[in-house]
Amino acid sequence: MSTFVIVYFAFLIGASCLAAYMDRRSVFMPLFSLTLVSFVVGIVGGTSGLWFIAIAAGLLALAAGTSYAFREFLVAILPTNAAKELKTAPLTAAFGLFVMFTYAIAGFFAPWIAPHGETEVIASAFAPADENMLLGADQLGRDMFSRIVYGTRNSVGLALLATSAAFLLGASAGLYAAVRGGWMDQFLGRAADVIMSIPSLIFALLMLAIFGPKIIVIIIAVAIIFSPRVFRLVRSVAGNVVVMDYIEAAKLRGEKRGYLIRKEILPNSTAPLIAEFGLEFCFVFLLVAGLSFLGLGIQPPAADWGSMVRENATLISFGDITPLIPAAAIALLTVAVNFVVDWMLFRSSGLKE
Amino acid sequence: MGDIVSLIGKRLGYGLITLLVISVIIFFMVEMLPGDAAEAILQMGATEENLAALREEMGLDRPAIIRYFDWLAGAVVGDFGVSITSGEPVSAIIGERFVNTLFLAAYAAVIAVPFAVILGIVVALLRNTLFDRVANVLTLTSISSPEFFLGYVLILLLAVRTDMFPSLASLSADMSFGELLHRTFLPALTLVLVVTAHMMRMTRAAIINLLSSPYIEMARLKGTPPLKVIVRHALPNAWAPIINVIALNLAYLITGVVLVEVVFVYPGIGQTLVDAVSKQNFPVVQACCLIFAATFILLNLAADVGAILTNPRLRHPK
Repeated sequence: MSTFVIVYFAFLIGASCLAAYMDRRSVFMPLFSLTLVSFVVGIVGGTSGLWFIAIAAGLLALAAGTSYAFREFLVAILPTNAAKELKTAPLTAAFGLFVMFTYAIAGFFAPWIAPHGETEVIASAFAPADENMLLGADQLGRDMFSRIVYGTRNSVGLALLATSAAFLLGASAGLYAAVRGGWMDQFLGRAADVIMSIPSLIFALLMLAIFGPKIIVIIIAVAIIFSPRVFRLVRSVAGNVVVMDYIEAAKLRGEKRGYLIRKEILPNSTAPLIAEFGLEFCFVFLLVAGLSFLGLGIQPPAADWGSMVRENATLISFGDITPLIPAAAIALLTVAVNFVVDWMLFRSSGLKE
Repeated sequence: MGDIVSLIGKRLGYGLITLLVISVIIFFMVEMLPGDAAEAILQMGATEENLAALREEMGLDRPAIIRYFDWLAGAVVGDFGVSITSGEPVSAIIGERFVNTLFLAAYAAVIAVPFAVILGIVVALLRNTLFDRVANVLTLTSISSPEFFLGYVLILLLAVRTDMFPSLASLSADMSFGELLHRTFLPALTLVLVVTAHMMRMTRAAIINLLSSPYIEMARLKGTPPLKVIVRHALPNAWAPIINVIALNLAYLITGVVLVEVVFVYPGIGQTLVDAVSKQNFPVVQACCLIFAATFILLNLAADVGAILTNPRLRHPK
């Protein structure tokens, strides 16, 4: 029995009792479950197992606390309407917003946050971490931490740009098909079917093989690959709006097609569209990360998360986790966006499950 | 019975047309490039005469339409032309690797399918409990992670830190089956994690959707025991969505395999495709793309056919 074990259990049991005494069920349940789990893990895995559980629980609590504080902060600074919506948001959504906010800060202020330049060689290859370099150096001796910060800009920026392109293409085609109808509608629908029946990664690889790994090629390829999903959604959402009476009225007033789309259809279909943008972003982000992992994305020397993983993968066989940090950054942002999208879908549909 | 056959026939025909359109895309996108295979092979040593000679030898002087049908006819019998970089026939490069890829995908599928479907059903039955919440967060994390992240985490945990499995999946012909399974365990496990997460979520959604239908509520209200509600009332209708989920995820496996093969240096067709893309070796790229697309379409077809066979309502489209 080390001091750690005694303090750990004393704290847990004390906190559980306090929660039970104060009648805080929502606090008591997780705390006491944690105590029970710790008992089991402590018996099976010994002190090291307990440390693991304690650290995991601590991280979880930290994340929950941060999200709670961030949500309250947003509620306090936002205008009343938005604040009301946010007050009911689950902690996961607040966590997602917090992560997105952090990434945005890292992306915008990369040159001020990063201690070294993006392509600046400051040490020997794979130099270990010291007080100058938080995470050590990469395969060419550049500061890993600075490159991760700059990578936010490049990786997320590219994914955002590509998603917007896909969205623009898919949404305009979908709106056009919904308003126009007839053979054009049919033709666009069939074209979307064909594109969707090609695996996305394979199609992207084909495009990159032909036109070379350039950023504009990636954006166009992604726009073509992912626009059918947006097209279908927009087509069905707009299709439901188009048959409404107020559209009929607008048509009878003699409004033009452009007016119908901008003033009547779009405002009535924004909620599902925003959620779809989030989902789409996740797919695009993962695809682009995969491409750059394969060496076909953003080309060096620009910092990019996918290629950073590949370039430093040799470190993993020595048991070093630094190459995994950019990959984890990708995963974290995707999870965060998913959390927010879940919440928005839940809100807009009003579904319970 | 005739209904079903014609319905499935129609679906098959539709799949075939899609495949044809895709083959046209694959072939003519490469055609759009400036320069041709003859220039790529000769590179700096190209003169007017030997270019013309090589073009004639490779049949590049004929119009693109004829070459397309030539290529397609070859592709149907497994002849994809000659690799630009090595001069070997493409089928020789791809053949064995394709079998390796199929092996890896099958290995992952055999583990993932029963596991994911059962877990998905359990999670659906225990919905909104702590178990469900934890499963939800875990599967979401797994879906959101890039395949290479999962792969490297597994390498770090199971190969480097504990040394239980080899981190590189190098194969040789004289390996026993058990050794083969051991060697390819990590790439298979990576695929299993990704696919299981997708499948669990889809199965859960399908089952929950089913459990909220009125006839299930009716069965509950009339006092049928819970197990009987599931086995007698829910399961017969659940087969269609479950089969659909399985087929769709197997199709997903086909693309997931590319990244996983690169992470584990597995000698499969995905690795070949990536190499060929960076070297602009078009015959190989075309062949791999066509194979991947065909498999993808085939599995999607299987999903549709399975749905038609298990759901009587689909047999009588309005």
